[in-house]
Amino acid sequence: MVVADPKVTAPGSRHGEVPEHEIRTALVIRVAGEAGEGIKKPGELLIQAAARAGFEVLTDFAPPSEIKGGVSFFQIRLSSRRLHTRGDSPDVLLCFNQEAFEVNIQELVPGGLLIYDPEKVTPRDTSSYRLLAFPLEQIASKELRMPIVKNVVALGGMAALFQLDSAVLYDLIRELWERKGDAVVQTNFKALEAGIKYVQDHVSSADLERFHVLPHAPEKNRMVVSGNTATALGAVAGGCNFFAGYPITPATDVMEILAGALPKVGGTLVQAEDEIAALGMVIGASYGGKKAMTSTSGPGISLMVETLGLATMSETACVIVDAQRAGPSTGMPTRHEQGDLYLCVHGGHGEVPRIVLAATSVEDCFYLTVTAFNLAEKYQTPVIFMSDTVVCVRSESIPMPDLASLQIENRLTWTPPAEGATAFGENEGAYKRYAMTETGISPVAIPGTPGGQYVGMGLEHNERGRHRPDPRTHTQMTEKRFRKMEHAVTDAPEPVTHGDPDADIAIVTWGSTAGVAIEAIDLLAAEGISACLVAPKMISPLPRHQLVAAMGKKHVIIPEVNFRGQFADMVQASFPREVTRINVYGGRPMLVCHLVDAIRDVAQGRQGTGRVVLNPIIGDLDKLVTPDDLIAPLERH
Amino acid sequence: MTVDLPVRHYELDDYKSDEKPTWCPGCGDFGVLNAVYRAMRTRNFAPHEVVAVSGIGCSSRIPYFISTYGFHSVHGRATPVATGVHVARPDLKTLVFSGDGDAFAIGAGHVVHAMRRNLDLTYVIMDNAIYGLTKGQTSPTSGIGFHTATTPSGNPEQALNPLALAITCGATFVARGFSAEPAKLADLILEGLDHKGFSFIDVYSPCPTFNKVNTFKTYKDEVDWLPSDYDASNAANALAHATSEDKRYLGVFLRREAPTYAEQVHKAHTGTEADRAKVLGGMFKRYS
Repeated sequence: MVVADPKVTAPGSRHGEVPEHEIRTALVIRVAGEAGEGIKKPGELLIQAAARAGFEVLTDFAPPSEIKGGVSFFQIRLSSRRLHTRGDSPDVLLCFNQEAFEVNIQELVPGGLLIYDPEKVTPRDTSSYRLLAFPLEQIASKELRMPIVKNVVALGGMAALFQLDSAVLYDLIRELWERKGDAVVQTNFKALEAGIKYVQDHVSSADLERFHVLPHAPEKNRMVVSGNTATALGAVAGGCNFFAGYPITPATDVMEILAGALPKVGGTLVQAEDEIAALGMVIGASYGGKKAMTSTSGPGISLMVETLGLATMSETACVIVDAQRAGPSTGMPTRHEQGDLYLCVHGGHGEVPRIVLAATSVEDCFYLTVTAFNLAEKYQTPVIFMSDTVVCVRSESIPMPDLASLQIENRLTWTPPAEGATAFGENEGAYKRYAMTETGISPVAIPGTPGGQYVGMGLEHNERGRHRPDPRTHTQMTEKRFRKMEHAVTDAPEPVTHGDPDADIAIVTWGSTAGVAIEAIDLLAAEGISACLVAPKMISPLPRHQLVAAMGKKHVIIPEVNFRGQFADMVQASFPREVTRINVYGGRPMLVCHLVDAIRDVAQGRQGTGRVVLNPIIGDLDKLVTPDDLIAPLERH
Repeated sequence: MTVDLPVRHYELDDYKSDEKPTWCPGCGDFGVLNAVYRAMRTRNFAPHEVVAVSGIGCSSRIPYFISTYGFHSVHGRATPVATGVHVARPDLKTLVFSGDGDAFAIGAGHVVHAMRRNLDLTYVIMDNAIYGLTKGQTSPTSGIGFHTATTPSGNPEQALNPLALAITCGATFVARGFSAEPAKLADLILEGLDHKGFSFIDVYSPCPTFNKVNTFKTYKDEVDWLPSDYDASNAANALAHATSEDKRYLGVFLRREAPTYAEQVHKAHTGTEADRAKVLGGMFKRYS
């Protein structure tokens, strides 16, 4: 089954096909070409223009790991309603070359529109989709004599096709290229005009109507950001003033944005020699009183594991961002997987409690990064904030955060008693860094504070920060570290909930898969099948109270993008009962249409408890064209 | 945080914590500890304005015996933690302590970068050419042929030359001391503390328990202070003396000036904490 975006009126149309006459509520566009052809930048302009025109936008960007070469695509979904996924399959596919056509055509919605450069692409099996030849190469190279502006010609064509206000695009082009001089701006203006003109001259108004999406009224105070950008903004909002990191896909954007932003607030960013050093520096800076953070992906977290233990043991506040990618080992650096949960929750020797948060959306990336700093400060412990490739790479239109409404926590600091303060001796005023308290939180002295001298340490220690490997000390200190988690769970952010709370079926999930579940639930509701969703944003400690209702339902379904069902394991450990696990692990996000099928099977009694493995693509996985399959034919060609 | 206090004169005892060193009797590290106390007293450092960071090993226990702030991190990671402390708090004096294993085996990948960055850190390596805490295995500074539990047929690796490493990696102050001469060692550490930039001080600090080859006695026979007319401004000269085959020289091998990491980073600061809301507002606008 292929799910197209719903239409407001589609009488008599077969489900999943693009009917002749309709008013669309959403549209999915995919632009595919060779990586390095620069398809991302025009795509970003298009979504910014669309957002300014009042559309909700949500994108996906799938680059190969190579710097240049290999097929990459940029997908845009426009809608008048809030979006939660990138859309399973494109309604419109723009292909720059044959390889892009071969590996993407299978996903085009039946009856969808293929736009292609006739000099580069020879379409096959054209019965199931519509065609528009768009001679991008010729327009750019021969008419404009600027091959490099091919993408801007395409951008103009898309804008005309979707009837976006071109004035906004002119503004955006000027903003983007102004620094390079007026000649560059004018060249791009010409390219944009050429693209608009071509589509206006070659596409009938009836065809244009087919792809017309109605925006809602433009709203002020919205912005279009990627999850990584939102994370960086959240870090600045959360008070971050020190960052150390090492470049890694797909997390590097966070570091790059903070490299520009931190010096403007008196903060510092260090490009460390590796991820171990990055977290070591973060611990040192936090010890010095800063709000410190690092960002990385799975391989970096693997390297940081020992140092994470040091942060827990020394009770050092710090924030670690894990933008998950598909592993293991180097894996697929630009592909999606929710495979780091065990690592983030349990990674490390000994018993290392820490707080783990997970983003379900771009907006979460902002607010949960603020929360991560707050929890790290309050509980003096490392907080891992997990995003994933879907959520960190995609851009979404979100409401501009209201800074005045943000609560910012600062750590409980120790201040010296007026007189005679000393770190040493047994007198009343003597400072105990790891003092036993009801919450497990002990006041911390910031270096420079007279009388507060203590040694931060990875050895087991008594209240005064002295290594004492005796049974009583280790028992009490272990309990202290875990006691902080018992309190932290009461500060868990509200989970994502959706659907009918009285339904018999509960979907329990985490991370970006929550968005897939929301859309699946809505589609099923239209069929008369009720389900509800709960997706906690704090994963460890697991906020059991948020899950009790869902876990008491007749059917519990736990979808996630990994092989083992790592979240399902955690949930079942806390709620020992049977569930239906739904897993997909092809390096792509779970598809809404497949989750819909799986939930329907449970609702209609065709699927019981156990494990369902989903197809990572639409169609036959074994028949999917991959770049390898194309090497021989292209060489012959 | 700083609190105004009347200038106080600190005695040697003010730098001693109430924790008694756990080292074996006769350990070279006692000499280093005493030299550190002396150097700090000479400059009258306030203990709450100093941070002593270490890694793992016998020597890395040293922060517990000093009354300053301290951080006893994990094996090999003393320099990253110290980097974080120093870059975040350049107003404090940060010292780093490692053994030869911590600095040159597990932590070597960090040490070279700390030197390259010319961080304003004073890095003291208590070099005994053995792993003491794990009871006697070969270290990166153990000589070729050295017999230990892990090299029963003799060490097949050649020793790393710490000074040559420091000179070529960009340390701006490179010195070697000997824990049997704590007064002179205190002078070296003092000079390192006064130096603006990365001060690398390798100290022969013999292990009487596990290293029967590099002992106080053998070092005494082999060491010599650099000649009085030695020119410490020349890296090539420093390298020649550091790699000398007939003498193990002591003293300041290299002293040069270069901008420090913190100086450069702080020069790049264009705003302060007070600008945070304004900066964020500007970023929001750019994405809208």
